[in-house]
Amino acid sequence: MSEAQTVNNGVNVEALLGAREALTEAPAAAQFVWRAESEWQNGAHTRSTINQFFGLGEMQDRGQQFTVDTDHPEVFAAADQAPTPVEMVLVGLAGCLTGGIASVAQHRGIQLHSVKATLEAPMDLAGILGIDPDVRNGFKSLTVSYEIHADATEDEIAALVAQSQKRSAVFDIITNPTNVDVQVNK
Amino acid sequence: MIAGLQKLIRPVGTTDVVVIGAGHAGLAASYSLSARGIDHVVLERGEIGNSWRNERWDSLKLLTPNWQTRLPGFEYAGEDPDGFMSMPEVVEFIEEYAKFAGAPVRKHTAVQSVQRNFFGYRIVTNRGTWNAKAIVIATGACNIANRPRAADDVPQGIASLTPHQYRNPQQLAAGGVLVVGASATGLQLADEIRTAGFEVTLAAGEHVRMPRQYRGRDIQYWLDRSGILDETWQDIDDLTRARHLPSPQLVGSHAMPILDLNRLTDRGVNLTGRLMGIRDGVAQFSGSLRNVCALADLKMNRLLDAIDNWIEQHSIDCEAPERFDATRVPDDPSLLINLDRVGIRTIIWATGFRPDYSWLDVPVFDDKGRLRHNGGVVDAPGLYVLGLPMLRRRKSSYIHGIEDDVRDITEHLALYLRESSTDGETEGLPDGPAAEGHVWHDPRRRPDTSDIAGPHEQM
Repeated sequence: MSEAQTVNNGVNVEALLGAREALTEAPAAAQFVWRAESEWQNGAHTRSTINQFFGLGEMQDRGQQFTVDTDHPEVFAAADQAPTPVEMVLVGLAGCLTGGIASVAQHRGIQLHSVKATLEAPMDLAGILGIDPDVRNGFKSLTVSYEIHADATEDEIAALVAQSQKRSAVFDIITNPTNVDVQVNK
Repeated sequence: MIAGLQKLIRPVGTTDVVVIGAGHAGLAASYSLSARGIDHVVLERGEIGNSWRNERWDSLKLLTPNWQTRLPGFEYAGEDPDGFMSMPEVVEFIEEYAKFAGAPVRKHTAVQSVQRNFFGYRIVTNRGTWNAKAIVIATGACNIANRPRAADDVPQGIASLTPHQYRNPQQLAAGGVLVVGASATGLQLADEIRTAGFEVTLAAGEHVRMPRQYRGRDIQYWLDRSGILDETWQDIDDLTRARHLPSPQLVGSHAMPILDLNRLTDRGVNLTGRLMGIRDGVAQFSGSLRNVCALADLKMNRLLDAIDNWIEQHSIDCEAPERFDATRVPDDPSLLINLDRVGIRTIIWATGFRPDYSWLDVPVFDDKGRLRHNGGVVDAPGLYVLGLPMLRRRKSSYIHGIEDDVRDITEHLALYLRESSTDGETEGLPDGPAAEGHVWHDPRRRPDTSDIAGPHEQM
């Protein structure tokens, strides 16, 4: 691990390991709730805002608000002011896997130089347009192609990507079922 | 009537140590306690080697070759050192060992509860009560077959079996079989059931891929010789993970160099991801199959790299290194299977095992119900456990692995008895879970195997 001191991927591994240890001792503090709020703008255009989340036993306030817009492209007869929500799913996966790769690399003492990914997800619109009930609405599949330059062997890089998937929240959310409850407040 | 009552209430015996379980671990403990002249008794719920006798499927053989099957003072003396024992042969081996060790076994004596008392511990059985200063738990690691929550949602008309209930393919209803889990158990059962002519689907989560033969030798030869099996619990980075890894995909046979998912695919087994749930008769599988296979391939290759390096360092003359084909994953593995529609009539839950401590009425469990112990020294004075995966060493759950563990544990136990009999203080003892690792082992330089699997469970 002497190498680890000279490796800098901008990840504070000591803090992450410390958090892991602390949350092992205090499992209640590990219970997080993620939040987003959204408001319809016009047409397919929606604006979501993100600030607070619950964790470590209390509501955490970032002191700033992020804004994420979604819309549909012109071929859907929409204004195309922002990415589509399904593209945001790809963004979520890319962000989660790539952040994971950086963390695992830091922990393993591997210096990264560049990490680029291309994500592709085929979809048959016969699903969402209600043309064919046998076609699902969502992605038929999803492909992530990484190009990674790092001071490591091919197998070590493959292991980074595999380990990142293993510990990825978004990878789990996409590959495994989740109960979803959508309510309308009266 | 009153005499009968008194018999129930009054202790049938007082001894220094009660060993619970007359399997290989309990008998090895007995042998070691006898050698130290420590008064003890071995309580056995059924017959000697009870789990090996009654809780294994018909075709199972040990995952370790005969030359490796040895217990303290006793080894395999047959003519096939490279063969693998069947379960009746294992039972015979253990019975012979019980005689050799002269173990004071009380058969058909099931422990119903263990509590602290003034003496140390009070052990209530169906045949009276014992008092003992110390206890060695040697009841095994595989008493209960795990079943995921999805097992509650299996539709009517589909049989649900654990590996404890499975004996052979003849007991299965005609139709398809879903095997859940890709450990040694899952792969062996899927292979056997497919060979018997059934349509088989195998749901694979994280698994440990390992060849039976490597560079002209049994894999156990390399694991043993290189010192990998001697790595201790204090050397392991993530101990919780190491203690709960699935057993490696091995089978006790040299008929094929490797039993892996590729072999099952070649034989027409349908491979899917981890079973995530069953809803309205539809089984849902994870889309992570490709990654769990990639993880297992990478890990196997790291193990083989470590073995290759060790062979090179020690200039051992043997066959050239080889690498096995990457696991082939179908382009579009099933995510949803309507069990009834595809004709699945049986689901086998090869989803691991856990010990049963429901009789242990001492507060020594963590929030997940697992025994709190440091290398077998349980978090209560005079309480010890043996035979769990990665208890003190990678080989702790192997038959031959018990020898070193028993030596360490009885040494600690003897010291405990001595100190508790003099002044009741036990300050000189190495501590239980809270303590820093004291060194009871011989730290040797070994290949880097930080993420290879332990042997695990039955074999």
